[in-house]
Amino acid sequence: MATAMPVSFEVNGKQVTVEVEPRMTLVDCLRYQLRLTGTHVGCEHGVCGACTILVDGEAVRACLMLAVQAEGCKVITIEGLSNDEALTPLQASFRRHHAVQCGFCTPGMITTAHALLSEEPDCDADRVREVLSGNICRCTGYISIVEAVLDARSAYRKPETLP
Amino acid sequence: MRNAFVGSAVERREDLRFVRGRGQYVDDLRPDSLLHAVILRGSVSHGRIRSIDTSAAMRIEGVQAVITARDIPGGPPRIAMRLQPLGEFKPFEQSVIADTKVRYVGEPIAVVLATSVAIGEDALERIVVDIDLLPPAGDCETSAKGDRLLFEELGTNCAITFTAACGDADAAFDAAPYVRREKFRTGRHYGLTIEPRGVMAQWDAATGRLTVSGAAKVPFFNRRMLAAQLGLPETAIEMVENDVGGGFGARGEFYPEDFLIPFAARHVGRPVKWIEDRRENLMAMNHARQAEVDVEIACTRDGTILALRGHADVDMGAYMRTNGAVAARNIAQFMSGPYRIPNIKLRSSLWMTNKTPVGTYRAPGRFETDFFRERLLDLAAKDLGIDRVEFRRRNLVPASAMPYPMPTITPFESKDELDSGDYRITFDRCLEEFGWAAKAKLQGQLIDGRYHGLAVGCFIEGGAAGPKETARLEINPDGSVAVFIGSSAVGQGVETVFAQIAADALEIPIDRISGVHHGSTTYVSDGYGAYHSRSVVMGGSALLDATKNLHDLMRAAASKRFGCVPSEISIREDRIIGPDGVCATLADFAGLTAEGIFLNKKHTFTYGTHAAHVTVDAKIGQVEIVDYIAVVDCGRIINPMTVRGQVIGSLVQGLGGALLEDLRYDEEGQLLTGSLADYLLPTARDFLNLRAIVTDMFPSPINPLGAKGAGEGGIIAAGGIVANAVANALRAFGVEPRELPLTPQRVWEMVEAGRSNRR
Repeated sequence: MATAMPVSFEVNGKQVTVEVEPRMTLVDCLRYQLRLTGTHVGCEHGVCGACTILVDGEAVRACLMLAVQAEGCKVITIEGLSNDEALTPLQASFRRHHAVQCGFCTPGMITTAHALLSEEPDCDADRVREVLSGNICRCTGYISIVEAVLDARSAYRKPETLP
Repeated sequence: MRNAFVGSAVERREDLRFVRGRGQYVDDLRPDSLLHAVILRGSVSHGRIRSIDTSAAMRIEGVQAVITARDIPGGPPRIAMRLQPLGEFKPFEQSVIADTKVRYVGEPIAVVLATSVAIGEDALERIVVDIDLLPPAGDCETSAKGDRLLFEELGTNCAITFTAACGDADAAFDAAPYVRREKFRTGRHYGLTIEPRGVMAQWDAATGRLTVSGAAKVPFFNRRMLAAQLGLPETAIEMVENDVGGGFGARGEFYPEDFLIPFAARHVGRPVKWIEDRRENLMAMNHARQAEVDVEIACTRDGTILALRGHADVDMGAYMRTNGAVAARNIAQFMSGPYRIPNIKLRSSLWMTNKTPVGTYRAPGRFETDFFRERLLDLAAKDLGIDRVEFRRRNLVPASAMPYPMPTITPFESKDELDSGDYRITFDRCLEEFGWAAKAKLQGQLIDGRYHGLAVGCFIEGGAAGPKETARLEINPDGSVAVFIGSSAVGQGVETVFAQIAADALEIPIDRISGVHHGSTTYVSDGYGAYHSRSVVMGGSALLDATKNLHDLMRAAASKRFGCVPSEISIREDRIIGPDGVCATLADFAGLTAEGIFLNKKHTFTYGTHAAHVTVDAKIGQVEIVDYIAVVDCGRIINPMTVRGQVIGSLVQGLGGALLEDLRYDEEGQLLTGSLADYLLPTARDFLNLRAIVTDMFPSPINPLGAKGAGEGGIIAAGGIVANAVANALRAFGVEPRELPLTPQRVWEMVEAGRSNRR
């Protein structure tokens, strides 16, 4: 067993330093060392997308990244996209459109959709489908998920500047 | 207050935690001093174990124990069947861990307990297993030859043959003016859940109590089995249902790990958790669907179906698992589906093979038979020169024939009947919504390089398996009411729909239902769980009984308080009113609790019609769904939003089984599809234009809710629809699909074969 290494990065706005084995994946570090269990593990080979998180603003599969590679990065998980008071517009849209059944793929879907809408708030259905095709949902058949993401676009558009 | 939550698209309660990543799945649990289990699985499909050497693995720092068959006092127990537990199956049941032979790639051989999963996996590589290889029986044909026996002492690989019968099929065939005989096959795929399976067990030596987390589907049955295997009283075991990342029939049955992990926790006196990885999941979770039939249909010349006759061979894998016989049995029983066919003789033989054992996957036997039957109907209609739409409409079971008897299954002598409905209304609605009349001219047309094809077909879905379900209501100190239910949650939204049912029954606002607690063995006295589309029908009906019982208790308590007789008490919403208008509220009766049950021997039958428009690129064999509509009548609807979600979700699973998903083995019985890069699941880009219409025209007469099980409305017909649409698109090449899935390669090969036949 290799010796543990320290790694420091920002998670959901908080600076953390953890000791990890070099072979530990980032998703295992988040789930088991930092106890952020909202990020799920579905395949551990980068196909299902359940572990999708945001690393420096980009949607990344946390099962394909080693924890040590996160050194100096800004990591956002589903917990960082949530608050206690109310659902965010994207989360509320998922609920309204019944885009959730068992809930296991949902955090990965929402982080992926958040990354997309943050960059492309005017994307069309084809683009949503293209981006979400890296996240597998076994329950919903995707139709409602695509509708939910499209319906949440307005919340990501920058407000018009008044003349 | 007359509530109407039942029938409304109430947003789901469980979503509030799921969309924020606050669900709690079994792998989210991490108690102190936890050990992680990893499992060494057989890497060959058939062989005799000579020795297992675990000494090198034990020397790795962090490895606490390695468990093999010889560590289990009295030898490893077998896993008993839950459904159709016939004596014939006993010798084919699976041992919880391999002791003398391995019979499929993926069979558990040893369990390593280590301080981390990674260390456990390091240790797996140090275990040396010496196996004498035996030639595998990789398919039904090889299995039937009988020279490669999985259980030598039994002298056969055939576990049983079911027969479905009604009328006199042989006589009908002898006299029939038209007969057509065909062979079809369905591929092997399964109810892959996006959350892999997991079990965590904690043993409390001081009190002799065992807590098992990760339970799903049938926790009470599994507790009975585990208690017997471990020599514990049932009451010493608590099965805890966490959030469950999908069920689909496959998750929650009793698997080898459901013994091994609790056993390990007791063995070492520490909490032990096992989480399946995806490769394991592909080789260890119940497989499904693989069957081949040789079936014939007899008709009059004007298109009245007279009889069905034939034989199915079902590839069971290496052992009879808890519900392994269901699909094979249903293949015999559901071949006639929603059609009136007076004479039937269908046999279904169960063959043991050196592959992962099978169990149910959503619509067991129904997905398969809809493909077989609907293909046969299209072929017969073509022969007879009858419009395929009219042919189906003419032969649907008419409303006047309800309840309509299904063929009798032997052994078991099980009889069943279709409960209610007018199949032709749904059929015509589907054609109308689809726009069949306008689209029919596209049939077989080549437009912009793609061939167009249409298909229509029908299905029935069984639901509401008995014998019983239990529900309990309890009044909280603040006057809200908690619901406890024996039904299990597998992602279908039970917390929401039971809150709807309870709020309506109690006539209180839905936010006064404090919670719906389900699955775990502590909540009700006896529970049966979630299978056979039963949760809502059975649990919901039990909830109505619990409401009645709670009201009786409230009347009794109030009559004492007010000094009157119970019949003088009336209950209006949350007010309990005595003579002269004296009044109490629910909160005044805090702590009152009442259980209710629902007993049932009959089944509900949701039914419907699907229609699809596909295009095929004949050059590359690629099939695209242009439009697909499912019209489903499912009795009384509790939540139209979630039932529609069930239809669309299951439809995409069905399209996956029809076009993509395929568990492939090589000749040595090695699984070739060991990752999600090889086993193709539907993605967001595959199937776009899907519509579901759910109606509630005919409530079920067999339960007080009037509800019908409704989890399979999209999946059952998908294979037959897609195959018929492809046949119609490619009629210029004489393509007649006889095997699923319709992968691009398979479609291309049929096109090429058609081209060379034409030359």
